[in-house]
Amino acid sequence: MTDTVIRSTGSPAGGPVVQLVDVSKVFGGSAGRVEALSAIDLSIASGEFVSLIGPSGCGKSTLLRIVGDLIPATDGTVTVNGKPARDARLDRDYGMVFQAPVLFDWRTVQKNVELPLEILRRPKPEREAKAQAMLELVELGSFADHRPWQLSGGMQQRVAIARALALDPAILLMDEPFGALDEMTRERMNLELLRIWDRTGTTVIFVTHSIPEAVFLSTRVVVMSARPGRITDVIEIDLPRDRNVETREMDRYFELVTRVREALRSGEGGSADASASARVRAEGLSA
Amino acid sequence: MSVAVTTPSGRSAAARIGSGLRDWVPAAAVLVGFLVVWQLVVSIFQIKQFILPGPIAIAEAWQEDLPALWAATTYTLSEIITGLVLGVSAGLLVGVLTARFATARESLMPFAIAANSVPILAFAPVFNNWFGVANPLSKAMVAAVLCFFPVMINTVRGLTSVQPAALELMRSYAAGQLEVFRRVRVPNALPFIFTALRLSTTLATIGAIVGEYFAAPRSSLGQYIATASGFLNFERSWAAIVFAAAIGIGLYVLVVALERLVMPWYGSRDEVT
Amino acid sequence: MPSRRPLARRARPVIGFSVIVLLLLMAWEGAKWVAGDPWRFESFLGTGIAINHTPPFRLTPFNDINLPHVWWIVEEFASVDARGTTTLAVLVGAGLFTLRNAAVGFAIGAVVGLGLAIVIVHVRFLERSLVPLLVVSQTIPIIAIAPLIVIGLRADWLGVAAVTSYLTFFPVTIAAIRGLRAFDPRAHELMTSYAADRRTVLWKLRLPSSTAYLFTAFKIAATGSIVGAIVGELPSGMSQGLARQILTGMQYYTLGPSYLWAAIVIASALGIGAFVLVTLVERWVLRDARPAESGAEA
Repeated sequence: MTDTVIRSTGSPAGGPVVQLVDVSKVFGGSAGRVEALSAIDLSIASGEFVSLIGPSGCGKSTLLRIVGDLIPATDGTVTVNGKPARDARLDRDYGMVFQAPVLFDWRTVQKNVELPLEILRRPKPEREAKAQAMLELVELGSFADHRPWQLSGGMQQRVAIARALALDPAILLMDEPFGALDEMTRERMNLELLRIWDRTGTTVIFVTHSIPEAVFLSTRVVVMSARPGRITDVIEIDLPRDRNVETREMDRYFELVTRVREALRSGEGGSADASASARVRAEGLSA
Repeated sequence: MSVAVTTPSGRSAAARIGSGLRDWVPAAAVLVGFLVVWQLVVSIFQIKQFILPGPIAIAEAWQEDLPALWAATTYTLSEIITGLVLGVSAGLLVGVLTARFATARESLMPFAIAANSVPILAFAPVFNNWFGVANPLSKAMVAAVLCFFPVMINTVRGLTSVQPAALELMRSYAAGQLEVFRRVRVPNALPFIFTALRLSTTLATIGAIVGEYFAAPRSSLGQYIATASGFLNFERSWAAIVFAAAIGIGLYVLVVALERLVMPWYGSRDEVT
Repeated sequence: MPSRRPLARRARPVIGFSVIVLLLLMAWEGAKWVAGDPWRFESFLGTGIAINHTPPFRLTPFNDINLPHVWWIVEEFASVDARGTTTLAVLVGAGLFTLRNAAVGFAIGAVVGLGLAIVIVHVRFLERSLVPLLVVSQTIPIIAIAPLIVIGLRADWLGVAAVTSYLTFFPVTIAAIRGLRAFDPRAHELMTSYAADRRTVLWKLRLPSSTAYLFTAFKIAATGSIVGAIVGELPSGMSQGLARQILTGMQYYTLGPSYLWAAIVIASALGIGAFVLVTLVERWVLRDARPAESGAEA
């Protein structure tokens, strides 16, 4: 297997890849105003793996969609890859993976991966080569001609990841992609994802419910509070880069998991102090 | 690594057709049994040919009057096909336009659903007047109107019932409306459209034949059946009905074949089986 | 508590339908204005306004025979025949007669269809042999056989009932088979854990799971019964039903086209009415059910 390293186009020299300044989101509508997000400040540097974790309804998925310009922010600025979020979407700077694989039944696995390339009107040989390379990357090369329903849930998600990487995006947005899988498959997929991340160098923003998963995967864990969603803590994960099965048994791992858990619990109280110090830490990495 | 993976169908086409035919054995057995019993009952109990001629008598009548039957069948078939083409293409066109514009949907869909429950056949005399009794177009229009509404309704439903996650995905690709239409909505709509197409074959056949009952040239299936029945010549009526049934089944099989061609991925998910 | 959609939202389909009907009527008269027969009214609809308009074009489809003025059709309802009864009364009476036949056929067909489906679902051999036959026979234009059955059976109402039950029975059987199988397998496991016998499973699990499918079929069958009743009446010479009225309208068309159109209006009302009735019953029966997912909204 050719070991091509696929480097994504990083952010403009030095600057953060994603920058959120005072972002808030209010949903209007007949049910009344719902304040989903409040005063979010976050900076993410190139090559980071940042997890968003929080109780249900804390707005982490909403935040992810704001970064992806799938829904607009009510207030604040969102800069992705040095541009406004909308431009980043139009330039296809990111790839997205949802909780459900969202594969098209009427296409083969390979053609599903080719979808974004077709939309960009890449010529056929290039599309096919790229799709095959991506399938190799997620180790599904021999399933190119299968139909989505013939694959297991974990395999379908890998196809979705392959598709998300097809355009060599600078950023990968992932919304609880492994939420529907069983624990063992999940842990395997975590390893897979880290391997892919290592190969491509893409910046990843990862929404999850699972504390162990967040700690295992990330370079930083962003803890959010319940509605209105605020960042209550940002925790550096200083585990060695080369993570594997043994990492899960390290003492430091358990310490960090406990820290995240405590941050979540105290976040339920939601104090302004916690938010302020979180904001400082969130911005600490910006240039 | 993972379990529960099936390979793409490696069986040859012949093997697949073979197994498909085998599914039909019990049904064919019941059908043949039914025909045999029917004939026996008629012969043994000497039921007057009046009401229910035996299958053999029908076969004889068929043979006797074949030229007239055949002429009537081809005439009616032309009406049916014209009606199908007109109704289905109009239904598709209006369906696509309606799906595109939300305001059109809100008014046209309820109308189409209500209009679909109107006994369109009651309009047959009007069409006869407009186009002329002797003009096959008058019956073709009945068939066309009957097909139009189900096709239109199903086209709209198929184009609009896309899963929201797929639309989000396309939005993340900054894909334009036309792209979304082409790559997501149309493939999603195909199963719906084919359901309507299958229904249309039956509806068009009914529309043409029953339309002919009202008034039509002698050499048409509807008039043939009506006249033969009027003279209590039931073997001939049934012989003609066999032709009518053959048209219905034949067109249906054509649509199913087309469906397999256009949607090879679909499989038998939606069947009753 | 299930939420009731606000009245304004529920009225939308009705409003949408009325808008289209209105547009059609306007197009109707508009076409006549542009290309029909001359409009000569001394006192238009009794208002005292005189209209004297010659359309610039002259197309046969829009003349007064083929496309009578809308208000003529309305007036036809009020017009009185030799015995002093209004056309409306005559047509409504005929419509009710046809409706009764249709309803009887619908009831028989629904019961037989459901019963057959229950048997088929429980007997494996029947399932494999009958279901393909049923699917195929749906493609046969059953209505085309109607005249035969009606003449053959000689008792007119029996023939019509036979035809309409046949038309109902098919969609109901197919839908019921699907519905009776469409339960959640885990719910079935639950029933098995209670050592529930087949009848209990039928009543408590299969039938409730199949209501959505059944109602879809009922809507189709309701429309089919009306059509079947009219078509069945056609060759039978039955004088009390709508088919007779339509035939009369046909015969006298060139003298007075409005009668046929009036009969068609009543027939349409019958069809729509039957559909709406089933829809309302469905709404009531399924009033506490989980709301359907978006998209497949009728």
